[in-house]
Amino acid sequence: MPQSADKVLDHAPLFQQPEYKEMLENKKIKFECGHPDDMVAEIGDWTKSWEYREKNLNREALTVNPAKACQPLGAVFAAAGYEKTMSFVHGSQGCVAYYRSHLSRHFKEPASCVSSSMTEDAAVFGGLVNMVDGLANTKALYDPKMIAVSTTCMAEVIGDDLNSFIIQAKEKGSVEEDFDVPFAHTPAFVGSHVDGYDNMTKGILKNFWDKVEEPVQNETINIIPGFDGFAVANNREIKRLLDEMGVEYTFLSDVSDVYDTPSDGEFRMYDGGTSLEDVKDAVNAKATVSMQEYCTPKTLEYAASKGQETASLHYPMGVQATDEFLMKMSELSGKEIPESLRLERGRLVDAIADSQAHLHGKTYAIYGDPDFVYAMARFVMELGGEPIHCLATNGGKDWEAQMNELLASSPFGANAQVWAKKDLWHMRSLLATEPVDMLIGNSYGKYLERDTGTPLIRLMFPIFDRHHHHRFPTWGYQGALTVLVKLLDTVFEKLDDDTIVPGETDYSFDLTR
Amino acid sequence: MAKDHVNGPEDYEAMIEEVLEAYPAKAKKRRAKHLTVAQPSEEEPDPTTGIASKCDTQKSNIKSVPGVMTIRGCAYAGSKGVVWGPIKDMVHVSHGPVGCGQYSWSQRRNYYIGKTGVDSFVTMQFTTDFQEKDIVFGGDKKLAKTIDEIEELFPLNNGTTIQSECPIGLIGDDIEAVAREKNKEYDKTMVPVRCEGFRGVSQSLGHHIANDAVRDWVFEKGEGAGKDYEPGPYDVNVIGDYNIGGDAWASRILLEEMGLNVVGNWSGDATLAEIERAPKAKLNLIHCYRSMNYICRYMEEKYDIGWMEYNFFGPTQIAASLRAIAKNFDATIQENAEKVIAKYQPLVDDVIAKFKPRLEGKSVMLYVGGLRPRHVVTAYDDLGMVIAGTGYEFAHGDDYKRTGHYVKEGTLIYDDVTGYELEKFIEKVRPDLVGSGIKEKYPVQKMGIPFRQMHSWDYSGPYHGYDGFAIFARDMDLAINNPVWGMYDAPWKAEPAIAAE
Repeated sequence: MPQSADKVLDHAPLFQQPEYKEMLENKKIKFECGHPDDMVAEIGDWTKSWEYREKNLNREALTVNPAKACQPLGAVFAAAGYEKTMSFVHGSQGCVAYYRSHLSRHFKEPASCVSSSMTEDAAVFGGLVNMVDGLANTKALYDPKMIAVSTTCMAEVIGDDLNSFIIQAKEKGSVEEDFDVPFAHTPAFVGSHVDGYDNMTKGILKNFWDKVEEPVQNETINIIPGFDGFAVANNREIKRLLDEMGVEYTFLSDVSDVYDTPSDGEFRMYDGGTSLEDVKDAVNAKATVSMQEYCTPKTLEYAASKGQETASLHYPMGVQATDEFLMKMSELSGKEIPESLRLERGRLVDAIADSQAHLHGKTYAIYGDPDFVYAMARFVMELGGEPIHCLATNGGKDWEAQMNELLASSPFGANAQVWAKKDLWHMRSLLATEPVDMLIGNSYGKYLERDTGTPLIRLMFPIFDRHHHHRFPTWGYQGALTVLVKLLDTVFEKLDDDTIVPGETDYSFDLTR
Repeated sequence: MAKDHVNGPEDYEAMIEEVLEAYPAKAKKRRAKHLTVAQPSEEEPDPTTGIASKCDTQKSNIKSVPGVMTIRGCAYAGSKGVVWGPIKDMVHVSHGPVGCGQYSWSQRRNYYIGKTGVDSFVTMQFTTDFQEKDIVFGGDKKLAKTIDEIEELFPLNNGTTIQSECPIGLIGDDIEAVAREKNKEYDKTMVPVRCEGFRGVSQSLGHHIANDAVRDWVFEKGEGAGKDYEPGPYDVNVIGDYNIGGDAWASRILLEEMGLNVVGNWSGDATLAEIERAPKAKLNLIHCYRSMNYICRYMEEKYDIGWMEYNFFGPTQIAASLRAIAKNFDATIQENAEKVIAKYQPLVDDVIAKFKPRLEGKSVMLYVGGLRPRHVVTAYDDLGMVIAGTGYEFAHGDDYKRTGHYVKEGTLIYDDVTGYELEKFIEKVRPDLVGSGIKEKYPVQKMGIPFRQMHSWDYSGPYHGYDGFAIFARDMDLAINNPVWGMYDAPWKAEPAIAAE
């Protein structure tokens, strides 16, 4: 009997005990009717071949292990960044359970959101009653200052009209006439979570800005961070940099508090976020800058329609990306970049110089949201590394063109290939046929690590199986340092793993590197 | 932090009233029907627990109130996430937009042995990733092509299930026709499941629909692996064990030790063959009654296979269950059952000796899914812990009736609890431990109350069987007795101790 009270064995060691191994072998032989081992091995090898890769890349209908989620997730994330705002997703209720779980598993934090709980009858008659009752209940129970409404695909397919429903709900007294209920249609069958972010952000701004007839421009700059798993730390880092520069700014959607609440005995359903007053005033800003182009196309177009200057970056991670961010802010605000930030930059470059020998020529596969992949590939090239496979399931033709331009700008991009609209099962074929030194992505990448032996670095949402990485910034010069260290640790740990056999390989098990 | 317990049913009833005050009138009336306190019962006490209370006075299995933050999921979650998803040698296609499959990908911890992507597919996300044109023009052609591509790229799959997401039922696709056509073309099992998320009121209808799909698209299509199987006198199926963290393995080892032959495990670590062969068994042993009683009733009617419920949480229930199971067989099996119980008794004694003193008298509130709000109660009791409240996301009346065999009169009972209610109940009862899901975990911990996820075993497990009980006890101890709970108050903010106490 393997188990004992003294040393309780968890699943991993428990099922390695002989009793269990024998039991499972027996089950396999007697009851499972599986394929012969040699056939499984043969097909397993075939799935890693060039022939398989060609078939795999020719898929037209099937998606396997995609690296994207659906629109409402992005909408819920965006809305969470506003003061005392409750997300209300109109449609089937299971979706909301999924978004909340997904966000909680990544941030290790509460994620509040309600559903209008539509069922068969609403599918036939529409969900107006659900909206009317739902808004009243949400307001009464959770005392929000704003309810941000988005949609599941069910409500989209049956064609529920949010604008009309919200007006009718207000007429019926669900919430006061002047209570803020911004909305966005967020069909799951169009785009991905980054588009949901865009639609909801635009919806919230429209709710406030369309009421203003003539914006009076001031010196403020609006910052839209975009969908970002590292938002907690990255938003704080951006604010620190802007404060250092003395730029007047308004963050539009700031989840850094609500997804990082303290443990002190009080559950804060809401915390921090952009105040509604600030959102209103933000129409008067001279400019709106998006940290992630693909999270904000419609929003920036809308901001421009209000007479604002707009600009977008591709995830300010790495040396040049941070330089660009600071210079853009300097240009827009007229404030100089202070010496303190030049020194900070210098310290990052110093660290890169110290470590360049270990990263020069290393090869990478990178996947994730379009802006992240762009930034990551660019940073890798700054370090003398070579991006080989750059993949975004939710990246389109525009992104592909931008990526190709970026890669063409550096000799380190010469061997790179860009894979728009491909998924992680495609990536498996790519890694099997054209291996790389490191894989950069999210927790789902661990299956690729297992199947192809490529070490995984988790820098992209969602990260479920490692804790608290998202609490450290990846943006700005400080953030770049964090990323640099993650890459280096991966290199060094691999080196140690490869040289750890005493008397065989440990001649290279070096103390100093 | 002081834990001022509410005592007794009167207090709980007053507390329910108070919590309901926050609702608008219509919602208050609806929610009031779901919140009760376990009442005295005239029935004979349960022979194992010695308990009889009445827990089925409130409503259940009805629509959630809009806008209240129900914790429930949907029919798709019940079918793909629970019943079908764990079957390892079949490909389960999330048919519709990308989200449902993405959020449920690898989240239920249904352990299995197999080469993922080659002969097993549980921890993969297959989807038709619907785009606008599929909604407008219909998705049947895309589905057919999807199955062709699965056959080309995953040739060792033993079948495909089509897990419908909301749009499928709304746009009028005929997935059954596609399944029939592909079944003919490839001579493999193809199962269309109409588990669109808007059907029914919770996961529960998804379980039922999934059970019916087993009946209609596996059993009714021929015997499959059951055809040439020579049944033996000790053949049983384990039904409703999803092998979360290895639960089914920690159970199977006990059943095998007592001489039974587990010919099918539904559906954790299962192959299609284990589903097909099931009608040949002598007895169906149900763990999760809620999610799989339907197919057991069908097998009883059609194949004359009896079924019984059992409970492998905690030594008291395990021993009672092993004996009850053995009663259906001959003296040899009955003697073996006693031997198994005796063999593990020293482990049980050690576990209780080590952990009970650290847990005795601690109170627990539960809010989970299918069977756990009642099934785990005796395991806590074995450790000297007390249940203050319990409730189900998607139970029916028969679940609440059974709950009366587990929890004492005066226990707080909440059905389809809302985020608001649960938070208020926990705040007022201040139990020593809450067992619920990921959405509840962090709010509860922020309040300074220890928490264990009781859907996923909080990434631990198994909790079933004797080996699992040791892990269960260890986990409850580490949750409650961790030093972090003492660090919530900054020392310079701590209130001075009251001298009078």
